Amino acid sequence: MKKKIVSLLAVVLLLCCMVSCTRTQGSQEGKQSINVYNWGEYIDQSILDDFEAQTGIRVNYTTYASNEEMYSKIVSGAASYDVIIPSEYMISKMISEDLLAELDFSNIPNYKYIGEEYRGLSYDPDEKYSVPYTWGTVVIVYNTKYVDEEDVADESIDLLWNEKYAGNILMFDNPRDTFALAHIKLGNSMNTTNPDDWIAAAEELKKQKPLVQAYVMDQIFDKMINEEAYIAAYYAGDAMTMMEENEDLAAYVPREGANMFFDSMCVLKSSQNKAAAETFINFMCETDIAVRNAEAVWYAIPHTAAYEALDPEQSEDPLVYPPQEVLDKCEVFINLNKETLVLQSELWINLKTQY
Amino acid sequence: MSKNVTIGNKKVTVTPFASWMVVFVLVPMALVVYYALTNADGSFTFENLKWIYTYRSTMFLSLQLAFIATVICLLLAYPIAYSMSRASEKIQRNATLIIMLPMWMNFLVRTYSWMTILENNGLINSALRSVAGLLGTEFDGFQLINNRGAIVLGMVYNFLPYMILPIYTSLTKIDNSLLEAARDLGSNGFHVFKRVILPLSVPGIISGITMVFIPSISTFIISRILGGGKDYLIGDLIEDYFLGNSGVVNYNVGAALSMVLMVLIMIATFLMNRFDKDAKTSGGGRI
Repeated sequence: MKKKIVSLLAVVLLLCCMVSCTRTQGSQEGKQSINVYNWGEYIDQSILDDFEAQTGIRVNYTTYASNEEMYSKIVSGAASYDVIIPSEYMISKMISEDLLAELDFSNIPNYKYIGEEYRGLSYDPDEKYSVPYTWGTVVIVYNTKYVDEEDVADESIDLLWNEKYAGNILMFDNPRDTFALAHIKLGNSMNTTNPDDWIAAAEELKKQKPLVQAYVMDQIFDKMINEEAYIAAYYAGDAMTMMEENEDLAAYVPREGANMFFDSMCVLKSSQNKAAAETFINFMCETDIAVRNAEAVWYAIPHTAAYEALDPEQSEDPLVYPPQEVLDKCEVFINLNKETLVLQSELWINLKTQY
Repeated sequence: MSKNVTIGNKKVTVTPFASWMVVFVLVPMALVVYYALTNADGSFTFENLKWIYTYRSTMFLSLQLAFIATVICLLLAYPIAYSMSRASEKIQRNATLIIMLPMWMNFLVRTYSWMTILENNGLINSALRSVAGLLGTEFDGFQLINNRGAIVLGMVYNFLPYMILPIYTSLTKIDNSLLEAARDLGSNGFHVFKRVILPLSVPGIISGITMVFIPSISTFIISRILGGGKDYLIGDLIEDYFLGNSGVVNYNVGAALSMVLMVLIMIATFLMNRFDKDAKTSGGGRI
């Protein structure tokens, strides 16, 4: 009896494998497909189905948690992707390493909708490699039920170092964003290449470590919504999503400044399917699609027509589209030189191995 | 039938396994050693090995946590395996099924679900809080997650079946007549266990320890999910160097650390096997 069950299970397993193999094979032969590699929780997934239905191009969608993770996967050559959506400093790094393909903008007519102020920014000055996807700032999210009003009245970055909330603070689990917060606290530029500034920032983070509940990326959604932690620094759009789920959450852009980011769609030089990849980018810039996506992810969009079509509740929200005087205090990441990256890596590991 | 295949066709039967081992075990291990002993330009160096010294406290912590998890697994698993092996065939079958059941689910899903259980507003603390509420007292809740205890718990939970099953198998293989003989010769229950059952189950204990200790010492995802990402284990360090999460990809340092881990595991396995042999010559010699 036992033997029969075991062999039956084995047969079922085998069949499952065979079915799944033939399915992927069939679709690869019949249809074109592209591999899209994006941040986690950063798209309205139903758009992908619409894209497949409309164009017949299959999308293999995978996600990453940080620019660095995406970069190392690509340079290791372990996987091949067509469309990626990195942040500005990673784009300039990848351009300098000749990893990105020059786009054929005749395949992306919807580029015309991208606002002037988002074109030709320092990371891609000649508008050759990237199509802006979203932008935003880092904000501090907090729970009004547990955080006293007087502690947030000055909208300071120091809230992340407030000992009153020891054990209830969440930080980014990637060095670039985490160190940026410490640089802001010290009043330094987050693009500093002075080793002393980095060492000072690392000291601040070491001091803060006992207060930190956890270093997280996408897990932050659950932890903030379920009130596991009271204070966190995170990207504005995701903060809006959390605030939607839990009414007690509120957020501000620290008065000392914050990181401002531009995430843009790019095609890899190694892409086997560049035209299809450009079709995908163009599709994401269709006005109605861009509106749908913005309503799902709640990040600010550079798409002028879609912006006009948004519900004022979203397009006039000062956290999603901060006023100019706030943006003036914000700083955009620049790709760090190699020495600084090595130092950052050493200091980060040192922080994590300080028991 | 199998006799016919093996005789005269030894090469044919060995080839698939041997080539599998070469491609998926020997070549990767050779690559690890190559990267560990070269620098970014590919020239020979011992430079990477100095990082082992730098990260000695990380290694010690990983060893310590893996050791604690293995001991707890052994203490939990032996009584379970023992009572299973004494039970009726039906219970044995069902118990095996129950132990295997969680393994049908993905490792990550199982570990994430512990978050829901252990969090400050998780199942355990909410339940305790409502009990405290009924009793009319205030209860803040225990700090169950984001600490080392949670990491060890994650290891024990995930790897316990690998300890139970080999011990159970070795216990069921013990010939019942040996136990009867021991009884007939005047041993009491405890004596039978100490002198007959325990020595004969040593092979199961050894493979159980190996199968729990090795994944425990090299884990990185349990420490991140249940430990709050605050304390790196050696697995986290290696992942960091290979994926460049901290900003720099360095296969050479990553490989050097992996090599140390491999050496540690080899030493542990070697010691365990020595122990196994000793046990066989003294304990098993009686069969």
